[in-house]
Amino acid sequence: MSETSQATLERGVQALKEQIDSTTAAFFSSCTHCGMCADACLFHTETGCPTYTPIHKVEPMRRIWEQEYTLVGRLKKLLGLSKKVTDKELEKWQSLVYNSCTLCGRCSMVCPVGIDITGLIRKMREGMVASGHAPEGLIGASERAVEIGSPMGVRLPALQAQIKHAEQDTGLAIPVDEQGAEYMVLLSSMEIINYPEYLQAIAKIFKQADKRWTLCSEAFEATNTGIQIGSSDIAAELVERVVAGAEKLGVKTVISPECGHAYTALRWEGPNLVGREFTFKVQHILEVLDEFRGQGLIKTEGVEEAKLTFHDPCQLVRRGGVVEQPRNLLNMIAPNFVEMDDHGTMNWCCGAGGGVSANEEADKVRIKAFDRKKHQIKDLGVDTLVTACANCRIQLEDGLEIHDMDIPVQGLTEMIADHLLVSNVSKNIEEQAS
Amino acid sequence: MNSAEFLLWVRGPGLQIATVIFLIGMVLKLLEILLLGRKKNLAVLRSSGVVEGFRTIFTRSLPADKNTMKRSMFTFVTGYIFHIGLFVVIFLLTPHISLFKSVFGFSWPSLSTPVVDFFAVATMVSLLAILFRRLTHPVLKFLSRGEDYFVWVLTFVPLLTGYMSYHHLFFDYNWMLATHILSAEIMLIFFPFTKLTHAFTLFISRWYSGSIAGQKGVKS
Repeated sequence: MSETSQATLERGVQALKEQIDSTTAAFFSSCTHCGMCADACLFHTETGCPTYTPIHKVEPMRRIWEQEYTLVGRLKKLLGLSKKVTDKELEKWQSLVYNSCTLCGRCSMVCPVGIDITGLIRKMREGMVASGHAPEGLIGASERAVEIGSPMGVRLPALQAQIKHAEQDTGLAIPVDEQGAEYMVLLSSMEIINYPEYLQAIAKIFKQADKRWTLCSEAFEATNTGIQIGSSDIAAELVERVVAGAEKLGVKTVISPECGHAYTALRWEGPNLVGREFTFKVQHILEVLDEFRGQGLIKTEGVEEAKLTFHDPCQLVRRGGVVEQPRNLLNMIAPNFVEMDDHGTMNWCCGAGGGVSANEEADKVRIKAFDRKKHQIKDLGVDTLVTACANCRIQLEDGLEIHDMDIPVQGLTEMIADHLLVSNVSKNIEEQAS
Repeated sequence: MNSAEFLLWVRGPGLQIATVIFLIGMVLKLLEILLLGRKKNLAVLRSSGVVEGFRTIFTRSLPADKNTMKRSMFTFVTGYIFHIGLFVVIFLLTPHISLFKSVFGFSWPSLSTPVVDFFAVATMVSLLAILFRRLTHPVLKFLSRGEDYFVWVLTFVPLLTGYMSYHHLFFDYNWMLATHILSAEIMLIFFPFTKLTHAFTLFISRWYSGSIAGQKGVKS
């Protein structure tokens, strides 16, 4: 990966300068060091460590802004009074910018002067990559994403095996490269490897909704390590692949899977990364399902008896605006659905997003950060946890296991699929299959 | 220079110098921010974000929710007291309004002096509590730089000297009043070049934040 092999401090500083715009300047000009962002960050609340204060994570970038783009800063620089950002300093900041930040956006919601701190940390990562201070784990994942097409090294044959499996289990055809389908479905590597239920659920739901959909053999991976590591170049390259696939197949909508950052990558950053508006729509699977529900295209039967709650993936709620959809869907099938004390746009992160789960150096603090979620779940006393992000799901399962909490975690899409009203069509299929 | 000359100077040339530096400094500061510009968002937006930006300008004066308020209770309570207190003391004290009238040519009703006095004391107490917390709380101690303390002094001294001159405490009234005016002028001079700018830039910052979120359909 050229970006990291030629990384130097100069390139890092340059990359940070390129990130600075009027929003950055307004944000830095407004910080009063009140410390409220620390109270909103689970890495601080769970460890008590002041260095995890969100605004502190962008301190080197703030200094570059001050020294280059303010009158006082330039004057100080001229007089030799300012402290230059050094390579060693950025190296020190690596753990703050990557290990202890999931880009969850909670700090941005509480800052009294309205600083989008998470947005700044996302920008800060561009400088970290360019200066060679991204964590090994994320560099590896990015290399695999660019070279193989998946951060976890999943290749097409693995997907094909998965497809075969899903077809056998559901008795439904899984369309691949179908020209002119309305929807192109993307997957995350995690779903291909760990959660095959997702693909099966999609097949069943789209069958009932009677919508044409397809996978794309050249663009099936939705996750975007470029967004997590903070390299616009890599992120753009990965988005381009999806754009090319969608344009080739002529689909109307590309569906981002149960993954948080993949949605941010495609829906919000995507067009800006490739520098043009998309010719297709991008929706998260929950948005599509809620539309189907609204149009009466999916009918469910039976309910989940368990007392359950929904863990909001940060990139869907706070950073993506998908708030009501999961609630609407759960209300179809879960009469015992209860909300956590902090939920929706103020939900607490699972502790593993924003590349943290791909970064081994963050393992310890990631598990510690989970304590916040553990308390939320314990307070509620639920039997089942539902979410809509494979990465959250892994972390939730991992954390619950560590704390000996026997609570199953399910994806919302598969839960909906489990309750589809068995129509004659699918009955026939089931009969044929058995 | 005797006390009368001192008072004359701070009321005349001193005030002029401070006001000019403040105004030019703030214009530069705002240009410094706005001229950087930003790229157009090419994503399909759920809303233009304009209205949401203005909404956030107002909503960020309030806690995001009950739990956020509980977690940051100290900051909220002291923050409200000293910001409201400063507003009352600066803009609703009769002599201050006279000054504004002489500059702008129009005035507004004042609050009775004992009421303003109460706010002045509450503000000072609150600022002292904030300083104490800055010196002792792990996060604030860690975050604070010289500027944070400097700005605290810039804000506190005009309050204290104003209070002392009004109550004719300790020193000669003319000296005290002149010192009070001078301290306010020093505050004005440093205003555009320190974090005091947040009093103006927070409107831009909140608008951007609310707008960025609003474009994605998030109420922030």
